[in-house]
Amino acid sequence: MNVEPTNRSDNAGADEAAVRRAITSSPRPAPAGRVSAAITFGWRGMLKVKHVPEQLMDVTITPVMFVLMFTYLFGGAVAGSTAEYLDYILPGILVMSVVFTTVYSGVALNTDVTKGVGDRFRSLPIWRPAPLVGALIGDSLRYFLAGFVILVLGLALGFRPDNGIVGMAAALGLVVVFSFALSWVFTTLGLLLRTPAAVLNAGFLGIFPLTFVSNVFVDPSTLPDWLQSFVKVNPISILAGVSRGLMHGGVDRNDVYIVLAVAVGLTAVFAPLTTRLYRRG
Amino acid sequence: MNSSPAIEASGLFKSFGETKAVNGVDLVVQSGSVYGILGPNGAGKTTLIRILATLLRPDAGEARVLGHNILTDPDAVRAGISLTGQFASVDEDLTGRENLILIGRLLGMGRPAVKARAAELLDAFGLSDAGNRLVKTYSGGMRRRLDIAASVVVTPDLMFLDEPTTGLDPRSRNQVWEIIRALVDGGATILLCTQYLQEADELADGIAVVDHGRVIAEGTPAQLKASVGAGALSVRLFDAVDRSEAAGLLEKLVGAVTLEADPASLSVACSDAHRAASAIAGLARSGIGVADFSLGQPSLDEVFLALTGHPAEDAEPVEGGVR
Repeated sequence: MNVEPTNRSDNAGADEAAVRRAITSSPRPAPAGRVSAAITFGWRGMLKVKHVPEQLMDVTITPVMFVLMFTYLFGGAVAGSTAEYLDYILPGILVMSVVFTTVYSGVALNTDVTKGVGDRFRSLPIWRPAPLVGALIGDSLRYFLAGFVILVLGLALGFRPDNGIVGMAAALGLVVVFSFALSWVFTTLGLLLRTPAAVLNAGFLGIFPLTFVSNVFVDPSTLPDWLQSFVKVNPISILAGVSRGLMHGGVDRNDVYIVLAVAVGLTAVFAPLTTRLYRRG
Repeated sequence: MNSSPAIEASGLFKSFGETKAVNGVDLVVQSGSVYGILGPNGAGKTTLIRILATLLRPDAGEARVLGHNILTDPDAVRAGISLTGQFASVDEDLTGRENLILIGRLLGMGRPAVKARAAELLDAFGLSDAGNRLVKTYSGGMRRRLDIAASVVVTPDLMFLDEPTTGLDPRSRNQVWEIIRALVDGGATILLCTQYLQEADELADGIAVVDHGRVIAEGTPAQLKASVGAGALSVRLFDAVDRSEAAGLLEKLVGAVTLEADPASLSVACSDAHRAASAIAGLARSGIGVADFSLGQPSLDEVFLALTGHPAEDAEPVEGGVR
């Protein structure tokens, strides 16, 4: 008599003899080294992009909307024509979309730590920062994809920069490097705050003013002086300027150095901080 | 395998602010045994496990796990342990198979070996059909089974299981118990935290009862139950009129009777099933209608009442707090 319908996958249970066999049959290998452990965690990050593509969608839809809205609504008014405005705004939007994505590195780390899986990782005989480094390697791929989507959108809308594909690739590369460095700020935040939602809110509270009070959308020469002086030193402005220079020509070498110096500085401060907080648990 | 204890801890202390989560714990767990830590929520069980698994530094005290000092040689400790946390320690955004491959790769297994191992474990743990589904679609019981499978991808010398059946339905609980028994038969050493006396009784060779961060009693399950005063046979009669006659009969057959608030119910201290059966048979022979009866093990509450004089209270779950 069939008492209850059985969904095999839910009710199969375990095979005791097989469990006994399984735990006696495995020799213990040497644990993965630093590089190999970090790469394994990078693989995990990429699997997440595959399984949860919404994460990538979330962060690319906003910039895509901005490109379309700003170009066609304000383009004529701000820059004289939509085509000219697209030339101006696209390199900046590239910066914005990738920088937005970095907040999610902190959210993902917070999710790991607040759920049980973080405890398991920390109880493994592996290099302790491996989950962090690996996650950021995986995240860099997400940054690259987010930027790539914006560039493809630009090309579809008629964006044709003077330096062509090479300039676009160089700008994308620099933006990803900067974002890798910036993401350590959000991983620190991810370890200090209690919930993923708190990290998301705090992250965007910081990143929104930084991206809007910059030269991403408008030429700062029309702004009041006090605001201009902030916009000029805002690293997001400098990165957006370099990104424009690399695509359209006329890049300021000093600005490239500044961007790289800021990236090194952020990493030097926040990578050890994240690692310490992570070790402390 | 050496014969030294798997865990030797003395004087462990850990407090979070005002709360003394672990308040002077000494513990010895022999290799090849299952040791149960029994206590209510907030008793300090999870904090104790996190200290022994090198996730948390104790404020004071010392411990050797698998012969290695947890403070000075945590890497050597981690090389031999595995941890199944209180909330399933698996990645919900990956499939079951990917979770096992991830752990296997991190533990240094080669690509082909880890694939075969993942398939073998999914099969053994009854998850082969669900292996390629994301873990977030799993039921609680499946998650737990995967969690334990992840802990044995490379067979550990010591397993920490933190409340492996809390929140599971009875059927899933039995499945997890079967797995733990199979691990024990295979020679695993396990430190098991639980809120259920029955679970500790079923699985553990020795039990420490913890309350407010202290070990308040220690012994084999039999010793512990004996010290608590065994279980009770509870009987509910069809007719309350029969109660005094039933009480007299039970007193003669078993021992001191307690009359319950329900006028048709009474109970008698009794841990022997045969004796309970003959007592019920005796009632039937005398023509006393029995509506319902049960022979219960002492509950955690009764253990606590007997050991501490107060019932197990749920403290704020500050233990193992994530900052």
